[in-house]
Amino acid sequence: MTTSCFVHPSLILILGGLLLPFVRGPFRQPYLMVVPIVTFINVIYLGLSPGVYGQVSFLDWQLVFGRIDALSGVFAFIMSLMAILGTLYGLHIKNEWQHVAAWFYVAGSLGAIYSGDYLSLFLFWEMMAFSSTCLVWFNKDDADAPAAGFRYLLVHTFGGLLLLAGFVLRYQVTGDIAFELLDYENSRLYTWLIMSGLMLNAAVVPFHSWLPDAYSKATVTGAVFMCAFTTKTAIYALARACSGFDILIYLGVAMAIYGIIYAIIENDIRRLLGWEIISQVGYMVAGVGIGTALAINGTTAHAFAHILYKGLLFMGAGAIIQATGKSTFTELGGLYRKMPFTMLLMLIGGLSVSAFPFFSGFVSKSIIIAASYQEHLPTVGFLLTMVSVGTFLVAGLRLPYLLFFSEFKGDESTIDKAEDPPWNMLLAMIAAGSLCFFIGTYLPFLYSLLPDQQIPSFTPYDSYHLSETLQILAFTGLGFILFKDRIGARATINLDLDWFYRRAGKLFLWLAENPVQWFDNVWGKAYRVVGLSCLMTNARFSAWFDRRAIDGLVDGSARGVRTMGRQVSRIMQRGNVQMTICYTVSFIAIIMIAFIWL
Amino acid sequence: MIRIIDFILKRHRQINAVLVTIIIAIFLWSFTVDTSHAHTWAEKHIPGFWSLFGIVSCIILIFTARWFSSAGISKGEDYYDD
Repeated sequence: MTTSCFVHPSLILILGGLLLPFVRGPFRQPYLMVVPIVTFINVIYLGLSPGVYGQVSFLDWQLVFGRIDALSGVFAFIMSLMAILGTLYGLHIKNEWQHVAAWFYVAGSLGAIYSGDYLSLFLFWEMMAFSSTCLVWFNKDDADAPAAGFRYLLVHTFGGLLLLAGFVLRYQVTGDIAFELLDYENSRLYTWLIMSGLMLNAAVVPFHSWLPDAYSKATVTGAVFMCAFTTKTAIYALARACSGFDILIYLGVAMAIYGIIYAIIENDIRRLLGWEIISQVGYMVAGVGIGTALAINGTTAHAFAHILYKGLLFMGAGAIIQATGKSTFTELGGLYRKMPFTMLLMLIGGLSVSAFPFFSGFVSKSIIIAASYQEHLPTVGFLLTMVSVGTFLVAGLRLPYLLFFSEFKGDESTIDKAEDPPWNMLLAMIAAGSLCFFIGTYLPFLYSLLPDQQIPSFTPYDSYHLSETLQILAFTGLGFILFKDRIGARATINLDLDWFYRRAGKLFLWLAENPVQWFDNVWGKAYRVVGLSCLMTNARFSAWFDRRAIDGLVDGSARGVRTMGRQVSRIMQRGNVQMTICYTVSFIAIIMIAFIWL
Repeated sequence: MIRIIDFILKRHRQINAVLVTIIIAIFLWSFTVDTSHAHTWAEKHIPGFWSLFGIVSCIILIFTARWFSSAGISKGEDYYDD
């Protein structure tokens, strides 16, 4: 470390998480709040003195753990703020490992944001993937959660490998691992590999299917964390490495449209919100692709606003799922009588995402659209505006209508159980909702945090923009009133590109269970008949010789190793794949730490 | 709050009338707004352009999603359970 006062915020969360299991009883809840608040204060403190900190020489490389500038500062600010809200929302949860996983996940995100080289970025990237997978696996209420967790982990491992291959190839060519803007004009294979690795985490089409799949299966609190960190950290990384890459404009628009089409026909609350994340992140990806100062400011502002309103919507969805045990529109409805505060706060989230004047989406989304017009890309501007029609249709109208105001469609026991969530969940939602309103009304708060302060400040509240937005919202509302029955709740799932790998998995299982198993049976029988008796005689002699002659010579050490091996396998190999992965990762981590320090 | 919502939900016709009035007011207001700084020709010269854009986009999205859903994308909830 070059500067003695630099304490990495991730370190606070990691140490806080490691100590958490030992903090019990009445100290648990205060401790849970103190750690993310200290992290948040640390992030604000670091933001006051931009510079490069935490430089470590490792082998031939210079690792940078603390690149603090305007762009990393604003992303770290909102991530650490969201860590406070997410922890408050999950304060009542007894299972400490859920909190540990969530904090490690945030630590991974903050680490990736502050890293100035690809190697440390990759390490924090993988830390995010593993810890967020645990947030899916911890969900004991959904039988499909373990499988969804494995799918999520495998897809992210693939993405991590793309990133790894990219920066290793780049190192071979340039001898440099600095995490800086890539050269688009002279792009090579490694440029595309790095971009694809980052794109997978941003859920850019066609690398997007993991998002609705995993977020709809995570724990109630886990989904609140997941909706904020993975995609927006990837947007930060794309803004850092791939700003101005034309192809991202088109991919961003494509994912914005694709996401909203799926959201219109979705039946599961959290899958719908997941599709909408893809759609909203599409704006940000397009903003990164445009790459001008205004576009990057817009992308940052939209990521900031998005984390808060999407967090709020996932908190509301979680409150409903926790209270009723149901997550599909076909089993819910008419909840305004039972969950009025949840309804009010989800409406605020819905109005914010729909870019209603005085709410956060209005002052952030329009910057990206304005940047597209400024760069003479009117088609991009029109298509993104069309998506905002869909956003209001889905989050502002369809979602609240089907959950709160439509006729109740489930069984009586569901509606009897429904009630507003406990105080801590409600408080987190009120805080997120208040921030959505505050950002939309008091512009200097968000705009003074944006990375480029040289360009003229954006003015969303002029009469033309207000008129444009109100017309769009009003006529979308009219369209919904006329056609709402056509996009009502239907008990279906919608196939997506994950069909290929889910079906490929089944094909692999079929191959293993049928032709491979048949061959194995035949071979086994032949082996038993022909070779086994000879082998057994030989083996008996070898065993006798081994035990009497060799073991005797080395003082029974083989027997000792065997006994110890049995003990180790009894403790560590219980047939639980998650535990085996956990042991393996921990073992690798210990070896790496030992290697660095010794 | 629950009572207010009950009150509103019982008065479909009046609520629809209020909503339609608001929509018409917004539409009419758009005629008075200065469009000289708009980015495209269509915005400058088509009166109530964004109203038209809003309703057309809404219809396109709803019917594209419907078509997409009925084109074989939507399956039973137990599709992956076999």
